[in-house]
Amino acid sequence: MAQLQAKPLPNAIPTSQRRPWGRWSVRAAALSYLALMLIIPLLVIFQDGLSQGLRGLWEAVSQPVAWAALTLTLRTSAIMVLINTIMGTLTAYVLVRYEFPGKSLLNALVDLPLAIPTLVTGVMLVILYGPQQPLGGWLERELGWRIIFAPPGIVLALLFVTFPFVVRAVQPVLLSLDRTLEDAAATLGAGPWTIFRRVTLPPLILPLTSGALLSFARAVGEFGSIIIVAGNIPLRTQTAAVYVWGEVESENRFGASAVSVALLAIAFTLILVVDLIQSRRESAQSYSQKEGA
Amino acid sequence: MTLPPAPAASFLPERSPAPLNWRRRWLRRAMIAIVLLYAGGLIVAPLLGLVLGALADGLGPMLATFQNPQVQKAFGLTLRISLLVVVIQAIFGTLVAWMLVRDDFRGKRFINGLIDLPFAVSPVVVGYMLLLLFGRQGLFAPVLEAMNIRVAFAVPGMVLATLFVTLPFMIRELVPILKAFGVQQEQAAATLGANGWTTFWRITLPALRWGFIYGVTLTLARALGEFGAVLVIGGGIQGRTETATLYIYRALDERQYVGAYSAGLALGVFSMLLVLGTEFLRQREEKKA
Repeated sequence: MAQLQAKPLPNAIPTSQRRPWGRWSVRAAALSYLALMLIIPLLVIFQDGLSQGLRGLWEAVSQPVAWAALTLTLRTSAIMVLINTIMGTLTAYVLVRYEFPGKSLLNALVDLPLAIPTLVTGVMLVILYGPQQPLGGWLERELGWRIIFAPPGIVLALLFVTFPFVVRAVQPVLLSLDRTLEDAAATLGAGPWTIFRRVTLPPLILPLTSGALLSFARAVGEFGSIIIVAGNIPLRTQTAAVYVWGEVESENRFGASAVSVALLAIAFTLILVVDLIQSRRESAQSYSQKEGA
Repeated sequence: MTLPPAPAASFLPERSPAPLNWRRRWLRRAMIAIVLLYAGGLIVAPLLGLVLGALADGLGPMLATFQNPQVQKAFGLTLRISLLVVVIQAIFGTLVAWMLVRDDFRGKRFINGLIDLPFAVSPVVVGYMLLLLFGRQGLFAPVLEAMNIRVAFAVPGMVLATLFVTLPFMIRELVPILKAFGVQQEQAAATLGANGWTTFWRITLPALRWGFIYGVTLTLARALGEFGAVLVIGGGIQGRTETATLYIYRALDERQYVGAYSAGLALGVFSMLLVLGTEFLRQREEKKA
């Protein structure tokens, strides 16, 4: 850096000839932080989970209680994604296209689940739908719907926790769409559903997918709200994260590691796909910007 | 790219036939109603339920919760851990973001993808990973014992767990801003004789202001509400490693419902004010611009 002051002008632009000590030290500091915080913990758990080979891992994961926990997790997350994709798109559409009283309140409401601790989410749902509460009791007596300590409660908790993801993924893209295309479709005689399906929806598919996958990834690991809402009934309402917790508590080290590795593998895959989608969108955007210029 | 919208807008309403308009209006109303009902049922109703639950025995018992020394201690611990995590995350988040935007080396793409991972890792798994490293039979156990440091079932482990789960927030807020900011102003400062440190302190850091505000908000909100990871690594030992969320969990277990609901309400309201306050600041800034 001292050299920089001595010869200001020619060296103002970072050079490739000089040794960039500053940059190297930042790189070293940043990489050691990431290694310490992320990479070493991840490696340790993979090493532990794979310590009895792939076969041992498979046996631990396919053992009935663990398998039931994993499939329950995937099933409830999949139902959540289905509802969240539809309602999230609808919410984003209404927020972008329509004016109505309470719109800014609704917009603020979308981010709220990010601020509320998931444990508190679980508590809220139990207060509302618990079997001893007025609404929950009524639903169970009159309609036979059991929500708390049952899979519907899990889906509800996941919907609450992941509410912002699809909305916030779709909203900016919807805002940037060229509405004259929809007007053109309307003048050509297309109905509202056709316009939505053939004109509005196609550019939303990628952000929608990335939002849906993110919410799925978040849901698969969810713990705080589920432990409250679902209880911890093996084979019935025990999700994978709750199962891992139980195994840790009972010091069954390998069982905990095996299901953790399964959860991590799901997380890795989903994050990888989301990353690919996002980099594809970024390169498409920079391409269209170059086209425009 | 964008076409002038004026002509389409001027002739469309006249041409579209009246019955279609009527149907469209009802479609629009139905869609708004569905969304409001959904958001109301999913988010507002549980929120109101929590407020009513905390006030079930009146205002007195609710306020008495916060005079309970256990509760005060738990909230104090949560606040201490969260603030420490925010500071560490601000420093290292800046370094990592700077590296991701300005530096280039083999494997950078991989690192970039890895940063989003904590977002998808289950908090229980996070706590368990740290237990494998720092627990009684953990990888670092001999070293820690020799140095007489306790990480598992103690505050340092809980800080590490919270750092892991909040890792992406600061970085993901800073990276796009740093990218958009570019290097021209920094180069200008360097040309005028500023050294690297001055340039960073006077040019780069102020430009990142909004990234920090958002990053701190999101990190803090997540840290205050963290439960699974601190439960596993901290053990929730009453009076020692019990944070606000862990207190809520124990109070529910002991059927002290008003205490649990009141503490939950306080934690939720605090985080909500934090997030809404930041949003309010941003909107005011946007109006000024």
